[in-house]
Amino acid sequence: MGLAETYAINISDMEFGYPDNLDVSFTQLNLKIAKGERFGLFGPNGAGKTTLMNLMTGLLKANKGHISLLGHDVDKHSNTVSKLFGFVPQDFSFYQELSPVENLEFFGAWSGLNKKQIGQRTDELLDILGLDEVRNKQVQKFSGGMKRRVNLAIGVIHNPQVLFLDEPTVGVDVQTRHAIINYLKKLNDNGTTLVYTSHQLSEAEGLCDQVALLDDRKIITQGNIHSLLKEHQHKTLEALFIDLTGKEYRD
Amino acid sequence: MFKLWITIKKDIRILLRDKVGIALMFVMPILLVIVVTSIQNSTFQLVNKNKLSILISNQDTGDASKQLVSALSKIGMFKVSLTPDTKTEVLIADAMHNKDAVLGIVISKDFSAKVSAKSKHVAGKAMNSFGLEGDTAKNADANIDPLTIYYNPILQESLRLSVKGALQSAMQMVESRQTLRTLYYSINEKQLPEKLENEMLNNQTAVNEIPVSKDGTRRTPNATQHNVPAWTIFAMFFVIMSLGGSVVREKVSGSFIRLKTLPTNYWVGLLSKQITYMGVTMLQALVIFSIGIWLFPFMSLPALNLPGDIGALAITTLICGWCAVSYAICVGVFADTQEQANGFGAVSIVILAAVGGLMVPSFAMQGTFKSAANLSPMHWCLEAYYTLFLENGKLKDITNNLAALFAITVLIQAVTYFGLKRKNLI
Repeated sequence: MGLAETYAINISDMEFGYPDNLDVSFTQLNLKIAKGERFGLFGPNGAGKTTLMNLMTGLLKANKGHISLLGHDVDKHSNTVSKLFGFVPQDFSFYQELSPVENLEFFGAWSGLNKKQIGQRTDELLDILGLDEVRNKQVQKFSGGMKRRVNLAIGVIHNPQVLFLDEPTVGVDVQTRHAIINYLKKLNDNGTTLVYTSHQLSEAEGLCDQVALLDDRKIITQGNIHSLLKEHQHKTLEALFIDLTGKEYRD
Repeated sequence: MFKLWITIKKDIRILLRDKVGIALMFVMPILLVIVVTSIQNSTFQLVNKNKLSILISNQDTGDASKQLVSALSKIGMFKVSLTPDTKTEVLIADAMHNKDAVLGIVISKDFSAKVSAKSKHVAGKAMNSFGLEGDTAKNADANIDPLTIYYNPILQESLRLSVKGALQSAMQMVESRQTLRTLYYSINEKQLPEKLENEMLNNQTAVNEIPVSKDGTRRTPNATQHNVPAWTIFAMFFVIMSLGGSVVREKVSGSFIRLKTLPTNYWVGLLSKQITYMGVTMLQALVIFSIGIWLFPFMSLPALNLPGDIGALAITTLICGWCAVSYAICVGVFADTQEQANGFGAVSIVILAAVGGLMVPSFAMQGTFKSAANLSPMHWCLEAYYTLFLENGKLKDITNNLAALFAITVLIQAVTYFGLKRKNLI
């Protein structure tokens, strides 16, 4: 571990390509995310954000180079690493037939918590995220915003040190978005490193302190959000984004 | 262990909320076992207890035709009705429809004369071979016109063969009686005494039928003993309709992505599904056997007799259930959509059932299909069940069947593992 411990994520000389689609590939990618940061990963559709997040969480394996999470090699120590991070995918990644309590019980157990810990965290999270009144109702009857909150609660049930969030507020109303962003800030205040992707750049400005812009599987710029805006003489992240990635459709 | 228990709880909750899946796994097979057993019981009754209605148009007034009608009545297989005025095929067909008969026979007007002529011819030949004078042998017409049977097409070939055999037996009796009388008269120039005739013709050696069982008990097979075990196996494999889809749903939904990031091996999930659904298969067997034992008698169907070796029955059901669950998971792993899993699952089960002898007994199959039956897990399970239910066998009598079933299950598990690895799911 040693020096690497100061980083939540450390990617060095990483190469990756899908076996069936060689166009989608990363070459010599380097990225460091310090512990405790609120890190935003942005880019147009198809830039490689989700692939990079899947590589950082061990869902995909790099062909070359190293990816470490809190000093642990993601590939070699997958069992240790998976206890340290939480993941909130863009899709509703839970069982719609179950209630929030039942989902949290299951995912809590699979995250390595015991019965008592699951009970405590379930009560806490359902209270914080405003789901206490519907704790025993089937999630499939919930609104999109409530489902997003369940999705988030499951991702943080085991108090992860690093939390990956793939568009956690997509399709929700303003109130739910504020509630989720405020909760994420609280988590970060308590030491959780946030790695976040979104197309809501105004929302990202309010949440992230460090950002990386990704285009065509390459990091085109990276750094403190205010420094980058100053350097490129833009007032908003969206203007910076358009300036660096262009206005053409990118799908 | 805690993870496994929580996962089992999760699977049970999802299962209990899948009302359609539960209906497919329980209601459909139960209906199937009741309907098929009822239908097959009618066939059993038709062959074993009910008499086939036969319509006879006797155009002859002689003694031989009366003897034939009498012999047919005494066989015990037919309910004989006489209709005198039906000479043509069309008329007998109409009469069969009108009188609800499944068989019809027209005895031609010269039947007795021809039987008599044939008996004289045969008796004459016999006299000549004894070295006695028998002049009837030279001129008599030795051929009797064939007896034509009209039958309703619903009669299966095996049943028609039985009818044909019974008719030939009756004809043989009539001809033998006539020949014997002629021969006796030729030698003694007096009528054959009735007592002697009866001793010579009616004193046939009896044939006893005894069902052979492993333990020596004599239990007559019936539609229930055949169908309940067979369709219980089918029901167990029907879990694919719920489990196959469940595996696909989990795989294609986001929940699987999250599961892959958690510090728990997906095998815990698969083990949980196996335990949960093996419980379902055991419950299916319990419900269907209970229906056979307690409900069937109220439906005028024979009650199911459980085998003596209940332990062997439990082990067979457990391994069969494990095989069915393994197969469902395997299909779920390889299918890309729920529609694929359900469609392929349903069709493949029907094929495995047909090949395995659930629909047509495997002993009645032709060469290639007979060999193919060995590849169907349902075949081995059915063989084990039949040994237990029909022959009252013990565990030692079905070890080969269980070993084959176990081997197929392990093979399916290996294929599942290969599929999970190939699809980067574990």
